[in-house]
Amino acid sequence: MSEWVEACAADDVEEEDVIRFDHAGRTFAIYRSPDDEYFATDGLCTHEKVHLADGLVMDDIIECPKHNGRFNYKTGAAKGAPVCVNLRTYPVKLEAGMVMIQLD
Amino acid sequence: MSAVEVGNKTGSKRDYSLVGESTKRAVETGLASAEWYHTDVPRKVMKELMQRSDGPAIRDTLLWIALILGSAVGAIWFWGSWWCVPFFVVYGVLYASSSDSRWHECGHGTAFRTRWMNDAVYQIASFMQMRNPVQWRWSHARHHTDTIIVGRDAEIAVMRPPDLLRALLSFTGLLDFRYSLPGLFRQAAGRLTDEEKSYIPEMEWLKAIVAARWHVAIYVATAGLAIYMRSFLPLMLIGGPRLYGTWHMVLTGLLQHIGLADNVTDHRLNTRTVYMNPISRWIYWNMNYHVEHHMFPMVPYHALPRLHELIKHDLPAPNPSMWHAYKEVWPVVLRQLRYEDYYLKRELPPTARPYKEEFHNLIIPAAAE
Repeated sequence: MSEWVEACAADDVEEEDVIRFDHAGRTFAIYRSPDDEYFATDGLCTHEKVHLADGLVMDDIIECPKHNGRFNYKTGAAKGAPVCVNLRTYPVKLEAGMVMIQLD
Repeated sequence: MSAVEVGNKTGSKRDYSLVGESTKRAVETGLASAEWYHTDVPRKVMKELMQRSDGPAIRDTLLWIALILGSAVGAIWFWGSWWCVPFFVVYGVLYASSSDSRWHECGHGTAFRTRWMNDAVYQIASFMQMRNPVQWRWSHARHHTDTIIVGRDAEIAVMRPPDLLRALLSFTGLLDFRYSLPGLFRQAAGRLTDEEKSYIPEMEWLKAIVAARWHVAIYVATAGLAIYMRSFLPLMLIGGPRLYGTWHMVLTGLLQHIGLADNVTDHRLNTRTVYMNPISRWIYWNMNYHVEHHMFPMVPYHALPRLHELIKHDLPAPNPSMWHAYKEVWPVVLRQLRYEDYYLKRELPPTARPYKEEFHNLIIPAAAE
């Protein structure tokens, strides 16, 4: 059963940046692209469980702060060593200035 | 000396194998893939420091290529006379030492903003380093996950008790011909060791074998050309520089962790920052700021001096020179010959957040008298 969860205010995330969102014992990363769109993925890198919210957003790529593993945060696709496993993504919508993500 | 030395003798020997007892213990105690200490830096500032740019690395790489080609042309031109020696001295350091820092920075993907530029320089520098580009990408990832964790880190340069002869030989590059080159031939034949398999994911094994085959093919072609020409010149230009140009890489790189703590989760305890002259810093691409690099590996080489200024209040004082650092290290490694638990614990300034003694002492009970 999926539900929409309020993650943060739209202004909490700077353009081309990411913040961490913890909910119900899980951690997520909320992104704002250079085109002012919002995206959400699992919060930990699939390589070594490092928080992606400390990483660097460049265009549509999030780079892990520990080993520079790169993912496309829009699709979750791993972009090569040292990350091999894709990142899970979540549907996002904006509602009354809030970023909502859809969780299982 | 602004440092406190602690340590005692336990009689226990370290097992540096990546598939042995130390590996199991590191996993069981939580030392493997642990959360590491890092200095607080505001997100806005860190984001600015992490920003990528092609400019500095393109400038440095064009200069690097020009110097390599220029010194190679000089060495070839004067081949057969003593005048070729200074050209080979320059060429050797550029080929065998500066390629290490290029390999490293491009492996992190921080040198250039453009990905293919990082990848291209990474492949070329890996060849110059006699390193399998696939294997070493993974071994370096492990080095950053488990820095100087015994049984986990695949890149511990000086183990305990220290093998001083081996450390000395590493300045000559002979060890590359004893270990690295045969390793490439073994991999080219399709064989990876259990240790290599422990940090290279299975899906990358074939890539590692193919990469080794390319390297071996170039070495075989070079040797063939030398035989055809009845001259050592091709070998002096390809492969051979490992023997006469590695010294600067070892001179600077050996200081990164030698004599400091192992099995801790705070880079201030196991990593060293050393102030160096501008030429060495250019060859080394600022990796003398090594604590800073380990704490924040996403910061490009050209931003490390700024990062250093920002967080130095929280780090042990850097060694003011390589000479100072080696003077500090020498008595420590000598003592480690008899007491392998002995290490140098560097003092923090009063402005720093203290080491988490209780945590580290819990993990390495032998470290304090």
